[in-house]
Amino acid sequence: MNSSDTAWVLVATALVLLMTPALGFFYGGLVRRKNALNTMMMSVCALGFAGLGWALLGYSLAFGRGNGWIGDLSMSLLRGVGLEPHGTIPHLLFFAFQGTFAIITAALISGAIVERMRFGPYLAFITLWSLLVYAPVAHWVWGGGWLAKLGALDFAGGTVVHINAGAAALVAAIVLGPRKDYGRQAILPHSVPFTVLGAGLLWFGWFGFNAGSALGASPSAALAFTNTLFAPAATLVVWTIMDLLRTGKVTAVGGATAIVVGLVAVTPAAGFVGPLGGIALGALAAFPSYYALLFRARTRLDDSLDVVAAHGVGGTVGALLTGVLAQKVWNGATDGALFGNPKQLGIQLVAVLASIAYSAILTFGLLKAVAAVAALRATAPDEGLGLDVSQHGEEAYARGEGAILILDEPPGPPAPTVSPVLRTEGGRS
Amino acid sequence: MKLVVAIIRTEKLTSVLESLFRAEVRGLTISSVQGHGGETERVETYRGTTVKMDLSEKVRLEIGVSDHFVAPTVDAILSSAGTGSVGDGKIFVLPVEKVYRIRTGEVDQDAVTPVEAATTA
Repeated sequence: MNSSDTAWVLVATALVLLMTPALGFFYGGLVRRKNALNTMMMSVCALGFAGLGWALLGYSLAFGRGNGWIGDLSMSLLRGVGLEPHGTIPHLLFFAFQGTFAIITAALISGAIVERMRFGPYLAFITLWSLLVYAPVAHWVWGGGWLAKLGALDFAGGTVVHINAGAAALVAAIVLGPRKDYGRQAILPHSVPFTVLGAGLLWFGWFGFNAGSALGASPSAALAFTNTLFAPAATLVVWTIMDLLRTGKVTAVGGATAIVVGLVAVTPAAGFVGPLGGIALGALAAFPSYYALLFRARTRLDDSLDVVAAHGVGGTVGALLTGVLAQKVWNGATDGALFGNPKQLGIQLVAVLASIAYSAILTFGLLKAVAAVAALRATAPDEGLGLDVSQHGEEAYARGEGAILILDEPPGPPAPTVSPVLRTEGGRS
Repeated sequence: MKLVVAIIRTEKLTSVLESLFRAEVRGLTISSVQGHGGETERVETYRGTTVKMDLSEKVRLEIGVSDHFVAPTVDAILSSAGTGSVGDGKIFVLPVEKVYRIRTGEVDQDAVTPVEAATTA
């Protein structure tokens, strides 16, 4: 056990956890005012539901010995997960660090189904999804499963987190169907500053995500950290230039999106490519996602917050380029196609396709299973009113005018009546 | 001349504007208002505080029109603002004493006739 490794992974775990509320801000700013709380709560509640699922069952399914496809139940309810060493850090800390990944992956999917999905079925879906989709794919890559044996490179979760969530988002958007206003009227972000704030906090948290995945305060962590800094910077520069050439204006939503795309793309590569490779990867990753965004908006696919373009496409490009740009002199293990090992690109492609196929099929089945018990869609009047009021009984920006206090009947003395002033202010015309 | 005042649901504004545009009603003013029209109050809870929201957000349109334009304007709103539930809003038609167009100083009928229509007519 090594105390500096332990210290770094403790901090990294907290950083990754911050990414989920940050995602809430990123997504929350992009929806209309009447759905702001609902959208943010989709991320916030993943902290609880995916987090608890991970502790009780998910960790064992992902990291239990099991077979090549799935772990086992040997560590369910955290049996045998204690303070003994796991590598150079306590086993319990490894469990907690991995838990923060399960949480954000489930939350990522919500961007595809905002402004229309009922909240209860959403919670049921992401809880089941994190157990039956996230945990097995994590096992394939990190838990000693078949992709690990094949030699697939995924430093911090390009396939496990981003491609996995992107494929699920595509299927969820199709199964739920478009919002009733989609394609009929302009649906504009209600708070672009929230989105920029979210992107900034995501970047900050991503240092824990990528550099923490080295599982120690090591040179590998330093490499992943540096790549997490400069790859998104390159994506941002390329994106900005494309915006300028296309419309003559650099947009804030575009800039925030570019940061996320760059971070997604560098995730699988962070500890495998050199810093110049990372910059090249970030720059190249801008193109497919940029055009995927433009294309998607012209279709009937209401992947509302473009999870597919940012995470699915960005993750795929990152995973494939990892197989091209990986360098043994930096990672001490494997070269990519550019450095004389073309086989690696094929392995990466297998990992990408397997994750997409598994995630898409299971997501479809899970959504149909939840739909058999409870309707997935909010009713059209509820969608018109907004999901904040219809699902949560709260407003993001309540003015408080015309609000009448409802007082509980106290036992004993007669109930005080509602203040006449409030009555008058809230009176009907 | 009349002033048509309509109180409608916020989520219906886009379809009402489209409908008015098709009816060739070009000049209007809108504002965000809050009101109560007999719909069920929403109950909201913030921590331990439960409140009944008596007022709903609505959009108010004000459209100054010449007399023969009143019926098309009202029809356009009636056909596009409804959902069939309580809370769809109201339309009021008010008499107008005087209208001035600030740019030209035109009065009454001329002042509420769109410029393009005036030149082609």
